[in-house]
Amino acid sequence: MTVEQILFLAFAVVGLGLAVASVALRDLVRSAFALIGSLFVVAAFYATLDASLLAAAQVVVYIGAIATLIVLVVMLTRHELQDRSPQAHRYWPVAALLGAIVFAGIAWGLSQYVFFNAAPPSLPAGDAVAALGAALVDPARFLIPFEAVSVLLLSALIGAVLVAGGSKEK
Amino acid sequence: MGDLFTAITNLLRGLLLGAGVPAASVPWIFAVARAFVLGVSGLTLVIFLIWFERKAVARMQDRIGPNRVGPYGLLQTVADMLKLLVKEDVVPPRGDRILFHLAPILAVMGVVGLWAVIPVTATAYGVDLNVGVLYLVAAGTLGTLGILMAGWSSDNKFALLGAFRTVAQLVSYEVPTVLALLVPVILAGTMSLNGIVSAQGAMWFVFSAPLAAAAFLLASLAEVARAPFELLEAESEIVAGFHIEYSGIRFGMFFAAEFLHAFTIGAMLAVLFLGGWQGPGAEQFPTLGAIYFAVKTFFCYFLLVWARATFPRIRIDQMLNFCWTVLTPMMLTLICAVVLVNRALADSTILLRTAALLGANILVGFSTLALFGRRMRRPRPRPRASAGVEGERIA
Amino acid sequence: MISDWAFIGIFLFLSIFFPLVPILAGVLLGPHKPGRVKAQTYECGIETRGPSHIQFRASYYLYALVFLIFDVEVVFLFPWAVAYGKFPLYAAVEGVLFILLLGAGLIYAWRKGGLAWQ
Repeated sequence: MTVEQILFLAFAVVGLGLAVASVALRDLVRSAFALIGSLFVVAAFYATLDASLLAAAQVVVYIGAIATLIVLVVMLTRHELQDRSPQAHRYWPVAALLGAIVFAGIAWGLSQYVFFNAAPPSLPAGDAVAALGAALVDPARFLIPFEAVSVLLLSALIGAVLVAGGSKEK
Repeated sequence: MGDLFTAITNLLRGLLLGAGVPAASVPWIFAVARAFVLGVSGLTLVIFLIWFERKAVARMQDRIGPNRVGPYGLLQTVADMLKLLVKEDVVPPRGDRILFHLAPILAVMGVVGLWAVIPVTATAYGVDLNVGVLYLVAAGTLGTLGILMAGWSSDNKFALLGAFRTVAQLVSYEVPTVLALLVPVILAGTMSLNGIVSAQGAMWFVFSAPLAAAAFLLASLAEVARAPFELLEAESEIVAGFHIEYSGIRFGMFFAAEFLHAFTIGAMLAVLFLGGWQGPGAEQFPTLGAIYFAVKTFFCYFLLVWARATFPRIRIDQMLNFCWTVLTPMMLTLICAVVLVNRALADSTILLRTAALLGANILVGFSTLALFGRRMRRPRPRPRASAGVEGERIA
Repeated sequence: MISDWAFIGIFLFLSIFFPLVPILAGVLLGPHKPGRVKAQTYECGIETRGPSHIQFRASYYLYALVFLIFDVEVVFLFPWAVAYGKFPLYAAVEGVLFILLLGAGLIYAWRKGGLAWQ
């Protein structure tokens, strides 16, 4: 067991625990913060893979913006969303068994693929961020998706303002 | 003797290897030692910073400031911290215990974590991340979460209200801050902080993009919720805001985090716009670079203290309108202008480029202020009849 | 030499203890005399009234949402800012186009009153 494997397992256990807590906790605010914790573990995974931009972007966008939005909304609307029903379904052992069987099936199916035991491809030399920027800007590669992202964000902004309202400016 | 930090590092490495420590674990020991030194020195520096601010603000207000405890009142902060340590620790019984305990820890982590990437000299820094600037933004989000946690777990509607408004202010001013952070990246061509400092060897970025430096300063002032943007923490307003229910050293941690954050803003301003450790002779003698860095950082911190002592508090609607209708369009236009000018003149001399960028900055600044600034002088719309705090209905 | 993120991990782990130690010291050193009045919620010195939740305000949600949009935009702009210098001018123009589209969104939100503090 190399150090990376031990680290991965530790992070995985913590992340899974936080994810289960996020689903199973009754208190919505606590489950929102558990979600933030599991997102942080995903960022830690990116960091162990040396995907620096992804790790930083995960924290900045997911935790800094999306999770803040979720926590804000949960705190504001908590009283309208009080849920008094029991958290566990009556037949939850059956559901857990089915889930375990599905997981075993998927794991076996994946292990039959060629790339399961292959070594990861070597990363190109040089700065990853500059390479990504070059790819985004090149018309032959990812320029159209780059501009399409801005159109997508524009439509999200318009949709948000339309739905959440705002008084009419004069 | 020119490079003090490398000399100390080599000395320690020699000692460790001589004592029989395996060579593979020496980098790890150094990493822990570096982290420890950075964190502890940051937090103990706060003691001096609080004294400095109290003295400076007092002098600007034509009074003396603390002068009883220790020579020139230098031990005043130590006395204050000791007093906070022995106060009773009151925890609100109906609030969320775990979040209550976690909030001050997150607030401090969000600030101390920034020092991992700031280069003090060419050789003395925590780590040279190739996404250093984005990491600075990421570490700031921890503080915002800490504030939300603190406001929520206090089981106090004023704390919650204060937390929401603080987060609205922080989140709004995060946009111009990050946009202003783009400008040094554009000018230097790299996101690593060491790279940005190295790229300022010919010309500091404050001369190429003063508008970005000013916007970063303003937006960061609002990010730290310092005067004149401290509406949400001032005693006469919402009675201490999100940390009402925190007593003793827990409050002390929030307090220390705020001051350290202000100092870190000064350090970031120095690194990103004032050339960090660059200066005459810094290449040959890195220790000189540390002195340059310290001088620049303290100068920027003095600017923040000066702003606190000078300006009256700004209303929250003025604050948020200014952010979204003036600062953000200004920064967006500035980025476009800087990129186009920088690319068009990439092959000409540094002086011509700097002059053209400076001209673009002035143009963008004046036109934005002329276009959008007139709205800021509108009087505030009258609040509705049933008003609580600032027209907010407290349910 | 250890990897960059390993140092960040160590640093963040250690920085948990920097505030924890003073807080523990405060808990150990301070008196413990809980009382009925001390446990009450603080409301400017008068008796607490009413439950502790506040009115929903669309402004909070809208500010967070517009911040989210601009945050994602900036995450895309950082790699572009690093790489535009090695390409001819059209690369800079592409980024400017990206920014202008989102500037249009900002103006739309502004005109619709979404950015005003109610």
